[in-house]
Amino acid sequence: MSPAQIVEQLPGLRRYARALTGDAWAADDLVQDTLERACRKWLLWRRGSNLRAWLFTLMHNLYLNQRRTLVPVQALDDEALAFVAGAADVAGDTAIDLDRCLQRLPAEQRAVLLLVTLEDMAYADVARVLDIPLGTVMSRLSRARERMRALMEQAPARTPQRPIHPNTALRRLK
Amino acid sequence: MTASRPAPLHEDELHALVDGRLPAARAEAVDAALDPSAREQAEAWRQQREALQSLHRDWLDRPVPDALLGAAGRLHDTRAAQRRRLAWAGMAAGWMLAFGLGWGLHGQQAGGAMQAAAGAPPARFVRQAAVAYAVYQPEQRHPVEVAADQQEHLVQWLSKRLARPLTVPGLQAQGFELVGGRLLPGEHGARAQFMYQNAAGQRITLYLGALDGAPLETFRFDQQGPVASFYWVERGFGYAITGELPRPALQALATVVYEQLQHAPAQPAGTQQIGRR
Repeated sequence: MSPAQIVEQLPGLRRYARALTGDAWAADDLVQDTLERACRKWLLWRRGSNLRAWLFTLMHNLYLNQRRTLVPVQALDDEALAFVAGAADVAGDTAIDLDRCLQRLPAEQRAVLLLVTLEDMAYADVARVLDIPLGTVMSRLSRARERMRALMEQAPARTPQRPIHPNTALRRLK
Repeated sequence: MTASRPAPLHEDELHALVDGRLPAARAEAVDAALDPSAREQAEAWRQQREALQSLHRDWLDRPVPDALLGAAGRLHDTRAAQRRRLAWAGMAAGWMLAFGLGWGLHGQQAGGAMQAAAGAPPARFVRQAAVAYAVYQPEQRHPVEVAADQQEHLVQWLSKRLARPLTVPGLQAQGFELVGGRLLPGEHGARAQFMYQNAAGQRITLYLGALDGAPLETFRFDQQGPVASFYWVERGFGYAITGELPRPALQALATVVYEQLQHAPAQPAGTQQIGRR
């Protein structure tokens, strides 16, 4: 067991973290935290088991925990979004827009969608990484795909001209 | 309608088809059995899958930062984790400040919505700039949506969204490097926020967007708690330089930005001389 095994996982982990968090800084912070956790838990990893899946599992636990500790900020986030971050500002086919749409998904749906598509992971592996039943993987995948589709189909022209009204801006799909 | 119809299609199989998780024979059967709406759905998901698979592909080829390589090889450093926790605390404080500013605006007009708050459009504009500053300035992890290393993309993207060619002023001579930018909503279209940071970690933002109203003949100054702004309006566009700096320092930066925007090549011809001087 050597750090070299981890090093070859880094590009993939970073890319996935980038898509998950929607942010380059957060991505590398998350990968860094994952590596630190991995170092501490190194003894728990069984030789021969899937290192990549194990690292993804660690990363997801960290990511969801971080979000959980952010609950008060997130609650404020929803309110402030009405004013500062327009919830439905998505359209077009650029990578930036795709990125923004992804960030509009609930974290657990985003994770399933990214593991299945970006990482091309088998459904059963996704269930293991996220520690959820297979049926939950499929239902989250379904919701994520449909919501992404709806978000990406919103016309860009809608956004700029619409005055921000708290009631409409706060209307976010859950 | 054929007599030998396969078992009704379960949605899970549609996902499995799109994700290439079905055995070849079953994939063929499922594909043949798709009705037009299922086919359309599968096609949309397939396109989405392809788009997601190409997302951030360039990250696979980027050099891994030394910090991560180091972390891969050493035991964890508690102090680093602690520093990050402190960064989160700073971000939360920013939200509280923003909320306070927003609440103050709200209070200035009884019964009014926040964005309909007191004052002429430029006054509202600069307060929105102050709120946007207060929200994003303390962030360690998400200060901007698109980082300066993608400056070309950033400018293209924001120009498209604001429906006007934008120029990012350079403030290196004043010691401020561009961190990046983000897109925010405004009253008459999108607003853009560019963030800069100096070696001491101080941050300022340039906030801009369409703004109705007469051109302001001079810089205006506005102070919201600790957050100061200089702002001006030109050619139907508002600009605000915002930061927690002494007034003269901020004014000097605003002047540099103003000058650079005056001489930006992307500005429409013949409209250069509107404004002061």
